[in-house]
Amino acid sequence: MRYSLFSLLSQTLRGHKGWTPAWRDPAPRPEYDVVIIGGGGHGLATAHYLASRHGITNVAVLEKGYLGSGNVGRNTTIIRSNYLLPGNTPFYELSMKLWEGLEQDLNYNAMVSQRGVVNLFHSDAQRDAFARRGNAMRLAGVDAELLDREQVRAMAPVLDFDNARFPIQGGLLQRRGGTARHDAVAWGYARAADSRGVDLIQNCEVTGITITGGRAVGVETSRGPIRAKKIATAVAGNSSRVAAMAGMRLPIETHVLQAFVSEGLKPLIDCVVTFGAGHFYISQSDKGGLVFGGDIDGYNSYAQRGNLPIIEDVMESAMALWPGLGRVRMLRHWGGVMDMSMDGSPIIDTTPVEGLYLNAGWCYGGFKATPASGFCFAHLIATGQPHPVASAYRLDRFPAGRVIDEKGAGAQPNLH
Amino acid sequence: MRITCPHCGARDAQEFSYLGAADPKRPDGMAASAAAMAEYVYQRDNPAGRHRELWYHGAGCHAWLVVTRDTRTHAIAAVEVAKARKAGAAAKVGAKA
Repeated sequence: MRYSLFSLLSQTLRGHKGWTPAWRDPAPRPEYDVVIIGGGGHGLATAHYLASRHGITNVAVLEKGYLGSGNVGRNTTIIRSNYLLPGNTPFYELSMKLWEGLEQDLNYNAMVSQRGVVNLFHSDAQRDAFARRGNAMRLAGVDAELLDREQVRAMAPVLDFDNARFPIQGGLLQRRGGTARHDAVAWGYARAADSRGVDLIQNCEVTGITITGGRAVGVETSRGPIRAKKIATAVAGNSSRVAAMAGMRLPIETHVLQAFVSEGLKPLIDCVVTFGAGHFYISQSDKGGLVFGGDIDGYNSYAQRGNLPIIEDVMESAMALWPGLGRVRMLRHWGGVMDMSMDGSPIIDTTPVEGLYLNAGWCYGGFKATPASGFCFAHLIATGQPHPVASAYRLDRFPAGRVIDEKGAGAQPNLH
Repeated sequence: MRITCPHCGARDAQEFSYLGAADPKRPDGMAASAAAMAEYVYQRDNPAGRHRELWYHGAGCHAWLVVTRDTRTHAIAAVEVAKARKAGAAAKVGAKA
């Protein structure tokens, strides 16, 4: 069923009794052309672009829980493409362009809201660094504006501009950045892929990868074995576990990252703001909750729940940036497990096992990358060649020393 | 999370800094191949379950510890002083000689 004003009106007249499920719930078939492990944002996006851009529809997406139960529903919904390095900028800008046309492409309301993302700076040196990043972005065709203190104050008057240690001196603004409704992104991709014949198989955990003569030929699952000509893994957080099934080790550690939402409030802030003197960022959802986050907990964890020290750390940053938040009550916090790659950048590549494709290492930034990640991964699976904008995201960059170190933090995942 | 330091007793994990997997051994940089060095620097087992890892007791006795912890539950099974491993290895070498 195509969603439109007409379908809404006709359903309204019929008492909304004619809506059908957004996707089927099929049992797995014994064989597919492509099996995608992981029914999160990236896996579902990959299935959608395989079907819509490459005409490959004999595809199954295997999800161990329910669709979107992992990180696509656990992030803080921010979309942006304000990256400095040549390996990153074109990839994230492709993602931003796909975000801009996503709802028309999927026929689904993903609530994409280009409300602007401001990175605050608090010193002359930081202003120089941000001016450099803004210039790099503009050279790559991405929008960027350097704001002075008064321009930032006009956008977000609630912030503490005269903080004794970290006075706000300005910000780097990307107006096209913003937020999107994360669950709707998963649901929209799921519905679009399903409508082209992709089987979305839930409660189906992959327990092994069958390899014959150096080639991946199928997977063992909790719902029986499935043969496949190509197997693609998009399971960030658990990439090392799936890779281990194929005898591989990855340059990845799994860490828990927490996120937070406050009680619902009247409109207070209409853009995304990041604190330049600590790891903290905040925006306000359309329901009114302030959505914010900070650092990973800092030790390997698959627990999907964090500990109190980081909560305290995030709240301290919040108070330093916006003292008025002291009166606000926190409603919920939760954790998701991240693939923290050794350089802080992702991996979209073939593997030493023929027929096995890897999409991993998204660190803090998987959600904003969802469309381009799916787009480039589908390109790799369909053609065997990396997409030009994702050509830097290959595994051989680590032994070759060509790491993409956006933060300049070195080969330590616990610094990213 | 609390870590029971062999020297100081049970302390809040905030007193410690984390360094990651305890078992990778740095190859001799002059003798090792580039591939072996890359393996040491970048590749990780990253298990879901029992993990031996290095923690530094910076707000306590300044000892490096090897903590055995379950990455699914954060439950800690064992804490040893990292130096004891080295001393043990040296003692063995000495015994052979």
